[in-house]
Amino acid sequence: MKKVIMGTETAALAAVLARVQVVAAYPITPQTVTVEELSDYIGKGELDAEYITVESEHSAMAACVGASATGSRAFTATSSQGLALMHEMLHHAAGGRLPIVMLNANRALSPPWNLYCDHTDSLSQRDTGWVQYYCCDVQDVMDSTFIAYRVAEKVMLPVMINLDGFYLTHTSEVIDVPDQEEVDRYLPPYDPVDKVDVDNPSTYGCVCGADLFSSLKYRRQMDTLAVEQAWQEASDEFAARFGRSHAPVQGHNLDDAEVVIVTIGTAGGAAQLAADALRKEGVVAGSLNLAMVRPFPHQSFRQAVSGAKHLVVLDRDVSYGGEGIVAQEIKSCLYGKSSAQVHGFIAGAGGMDITEELLADMTREALGGQKQGLELGDSIWIKVLP
Amino acid sequence: MLGIRMHGRGGQGAVVASKILAKAYFMEGLFVQAFPAFGMERRGAAVAAYVRVDSSPALARGEIVNPDVCVVLDPKLLEMVDVTAGLAPGTPIVLNYAEGQVPQDLVGRFTLALIDANQIAVNHRLGSRLAPIINTVVLGAYLKVVQEPPLKPETLFQAIEEGVPAKKQENAAAAREAYEQVRVLEKS
Repeated sequence: MKKVIMGTETAALAAVLARVQVVAAYPITPQTVTVEELSDYIGKGELDAEYITVESEHSAMAACVGASATGSRAFTATSSQGLALMHEMLHHAAGGRLPIVMLNANRALSPPWNLYCDHTDSLSQRDTGWVQYYCCDVQDVMDSTFIAYRVAEKVMLPVMINLDGFYLTHTSEVIDVPDQEEVDRYLPPYDPVDKVDVDNPSTYGCVCGADLFSSLKYRRQMDTLAVEQAWQEASDEFAARFGRSHAPVQGHNLDDAEVVIVTIGTAGGAAQLAADALRKEGVVAGSLNLAMVRPFPHQSFRQAVSGAKHLVVLDRDVSYGGEGIVAQEIKSCLYGKSSAQVHGFIAGAGGMDITEELLADMTREALGGQKQGLELGDSIWIKVLP
Repeated sequence: MLGIRMHGRGGQGAVVASKILAKAYFMEGLFVQAFPAFGMERRGAAVAAYVRVDSSPALARGEIVNPDVCVVLDPKLLEMVDVTAGLAPGTPIVLNYAEGQVPQDLVGRFTLALIDANQIAVNHRLGSRLAPIINTVVLGAYLKVVQEPPLKPETLFQAIEEGVPAKKQENAAAAREAYEQVRVLEKS
């Protein structure tokens, strides 16, 4: 059924349709509506789940870890400072191989206080072992939640679904809401082989010496790298059933593209428009929406940009003392395997709109055109004071 | 694409009005995108909300720099915000304005749709005289000056009834009255 719905409401509805069994969450702008709506759904009996009210995001994730370990489908939502407070438990969830799905509304980390879109919050959790997916529109929020549980419960790793704060969380769009029966057919109940069971006690997370620790890490890395393929397959099956694809790498006019604008999150729309406009000027441009950042989708990414000479990479984040985090990731992926030049731009942090014009201007600068921003280290910063 | 910018004060319902308008166009079979410029409104502060309407999903996001129509819920905002920013000459401005008065500096430059929404809201018992609820009333006036893409009055009134939390019929009736009473001053 088609309807007009806001991003945060969509995330809650997706959790309902995914039949989550435990929700433990703490409200924080711009995610709050999701948590409120889930509380309502459970209160009205429209979702058969346990809602655990907690005193902090650290406890929210701890509760999800416990719930997931007993074999329940667990869900939470957070943002920015809340995600940062969860940090320790994020490692627990991934190391415990627990298929929790979490919505993160991308918002700037303070100080100074800012509630608006910025990717530093999730990207600074990139080494915790969570799968990270970035939504491009409200439909993506709905669909990727189902794909996330499918993948998480197959590979036994947690998934973070990222929504650009306000650009998605507070934006209402027309989406197709699938029927419960259709979702049930795509996403069967969670039934793990191993779970905490009082009738059949066993020990989890005990002390482990060096003899096994490295091997476990190696195994976890192997399983994490396999997510790229697992997600692609889950997306392909979703596309076959629902007609919509949500692959780790989503390209626009890449077949012959010499210049590729790379974005994560909602900027992908403006990137498509910019690439189309540049084509009219004779620049053979395309755009690439990098939906998955962890694991980095090495194979699909290298293949998608194999013909490109220039990559114009947008970062709504920075690794202080390094450069834009997405640009770093791309350089690491392409090192020794591509001669394409990577042009890193930092823009859009703290809620600055990313427009077609801005991305087109960045691309023109990358190709030798007029300077748009201030060069610092390996990045060019847009719309900043010197 | 039709781009709509709405100006209001936090608590006045500009965001709800933007969602109702989006829903109405959706009911006419179009793609819509509605979003607030400030998600964490403080009561009384100037806020803006935007709606994009098109035959395909909008790829652009964020502020609409050159809107095709502008809606102003509170006349005092004219002193605080440049509501004409980015508007081409003749662009419709829907303005909640006291009966019998005209905003002199806007007359002739834009197409003005003036409606005393405060009075209509009070007549329909929407809010109080000091704090009338006028967001849906102003949408009735909007109908008179925006022709493309077509939006049937009945569709808007239905979207209003579905989109407000209380006094559904009163809101729709007030919008209908505004639609009938709006004063339109064309660009000279």
